[in-house]
Amino acid sequence: MGAVLAVVLGASLAGCSSTGGKRAEERAAAAAEGRAAVNTPRWTFAMVTHSGDGDTFWDIVQKGAEQAALKDNINFLYSHNDEANQQAQLVQTAIDKKVDGLIVSLAKPDAMKAVVAKAVKAGIPVVTVNSGSAESKEFGALTHIGQDESIAGEAVGDELNSRDRKKALCVLHEQGNVGHEQRCAGAKKTFDGTMQNLYVDGTNMPDVTASIEAKLQSDKSIDAVVTLGAPFADAAVQAKQTAGSKAEIDTFDLNAKVATGLQSDKLGFAVDQQPYLQGYEAVDLLWLYRYNRNVLGGGLPVLTGPQIITKDDADALADYTKRGTR
Amino acid sequence: MSGSTAAPRTPTEVDERLVRTSPLRKLLGRPELGSVVGAAAVFLFFAIVADSFLQASSLGTVLYAASVLGIMAAPVALLMIGGEFDLSAGVMVTSSALISSMFSYQMTANVWVGVLVSLLVTLAIGAFNGFMLTRTKLPSFIITLGTFLMLTGLNLGFTKLISGTVSTKAIGDMEGFDSARALFASTLTLGGVEFKVTILWWAALVGVATWILLRTRFGNWIFAVGGEADAARAVGVPVIRTKIGLYLGVAFAAWVSGQHLLFSYDVVQSGEGVGNELTYIIAAVIGGCLITGGYGSAIGSAVGAFIFGMTSKGIVYAEWNPDWFKFFLGAMLLLATLLNAWVRKRAEATA
Repeated sequence: MGAVLAVVLGASLAGCSSTGGKRAEERAAAAAEGRAAVNTPRWTFAMVTHSGDGDTFWDIVQKGAEQAALKDNINFLYSHNDEANQQAQLVQTAIDKKVDGLIVSLAKPDAMKAVVAKAVKAGIPVVTVNSGSAESKEFGALTHIGQDESIAGEAVGDELNSRDRKKALCVLHEQGNVGHEQRCAGAKKTFDGTMQNLYVDGTNMPDVTASIEAKLQSDKSIDAVVTLGAPFADAAVQAKQTAGSKAEIDTFDLNAKVATGLQSDKLGFAVDQQPYLQGYEAVDLLWLYRYNRNVLGGGLPVLTGPQIITKDDADALADYTKRGTR
Repeated sequence: MSGSTAAPRTPTEVDERLVRTSPLRKLLGRPELGSVVGAAAVFLFFAIVADSFLQASSLGTVLYAASVLGIMAAPVALLMIGGEFDLSAGVMVTSSALISSMFSYQMTANVWVGVLVSLLVTLAIGAFNGFMLTRTKLPSFIITLGTFLMLTGLNLGFTKLISGTVSTKAIGDMEGFDSARALFASTLTLGGVEFKVTILWWAALVGVATWILLRTRFGNWIFAVGGEADAARAVGVPVIRTKIGLYLGVAFAAWVSGQHLLFSYDVVQSGEGVGNELTYIIAAVIGGCLITGGYGSAIGSAVGAFIFGMTSKGIVYAEWNPDWFKFFLGAMLLLATLLNAWVRKRAEATA
């Protein structure tokens, strides 16, 4: 009753925006609330990723994981560092804490090998997420959840062919990320035209825009730009406008901006790997393992992508991207 | 900045250098005193808020985190006492690891050959820094900023050119790898707790640095060139040699750290190390080094590194959101520096 009254009062106040803002966010968030649906003991699961500070993609992974943790009555701990040595140390702290389950991303598999083996030896069930499908089993993890980067790249190459593109640019924003290299290599493999790699500093957005701009200005024949992360698609769109290029901008991953970009034809297509699902499933699978010794995947990676998203799908996803779960 | 005055001395006054000071006053005059107090406070704090912080295995993890930083912080502290910066120290670690790995792999040589080549090249980079500084008279901030950017580019460019990807090829199956791993990246188990060998390297480097500072002529030169380079030169201190020596020290530590990374993980990512140079400086400053030079200690740098290790891992043990880590770090840096300044003022006032 009080809530209804508040809404009535709020709406009748002059100067309110009927679109967007905090209230729209609250309405959307209401869908993603809940409380524990099980009465299993309160286990502690730790997730350690190779994400840098303030990364949108990993924020969505975290949201999925937190949602599953809430349902499964899990105490969920998240930590991350983009330096391999530091990430290994964080996994070590989780082992020191004697957590009941561990979720690790293997973007730098060689650096994580020893410490993941240590966790397995200590009897902690491990699930790997996002990157490291090739190493997951060898390291002793139960399951890997993510997207096979080579397959995702190949899907991009095919899609570019079906759009009659001839010369594409693959923008890598994270030096040293093997998964990113695989994406561009996969796209190059299936793409009939020529494809070049462009390295940019993903932590510095103006620099990303300027680099793409310079490339588009120096080579007018580029007709497709593929960015490997949602925030960079927007940078590429701006670069395209400044450079006066005709290139179509396509991207890996989704966010609210990408969804609206697809709706307004600023972007061609997006390849989604459903980060929310990666976080959610990782926690849920650990819970299933602890509760019922279930393991998913039959020894093969569980794939959450690639999903090619075009203008037709964008309408349905727009709300979810605003909510920060797609 | 000593508080000596140039007042004419009356015969009854004793030379200040010959006055006996009480042990307590000696302690108060130590640069690292403030940081030791800070370290005790941080330790107590995390011992109270984080259950798993006091476990023996957690101590091993914290010490390891501190040692990786401390190995670099010790020579960086010496360099800062000598009045200079090295912004290329962070990526130099990565360069050193890349050189070792790629030389061994491409030449199909015994891994030790790569390790020694890497030592020579890394020392050459350090010498370049020192040489450019003393020849051009430009501030070290600018010189090493240039080196930092050049090395970052070289790391990526060469790795991509030689290996075809952004990380090096595995050398774990080559001759000499196991013995090199034993030296740079082995794990020692004491009473069921695992300690990394880097902790020994760290202790050794801090010991050597402290001995140099307090017991050798070179140590006096470091304080002299950092305090007042022109005056030092006037009294016959070889300023150029001292500064080049300090940069060589940083390069040597970067080599040790780089080999540790390589032999821990067998593969090196070419883009890493950026930003760590500031962490080394922070550790030295928390440990009582003055940013203007002429004052500080190697032991202080070790305490600073230990504080850093405790904080970075303590936040995880306490189950806090790591998003706040940088904020704590910044607050700690300010607090530690204020505490250091206050202790120093008190010590000088009572001296």
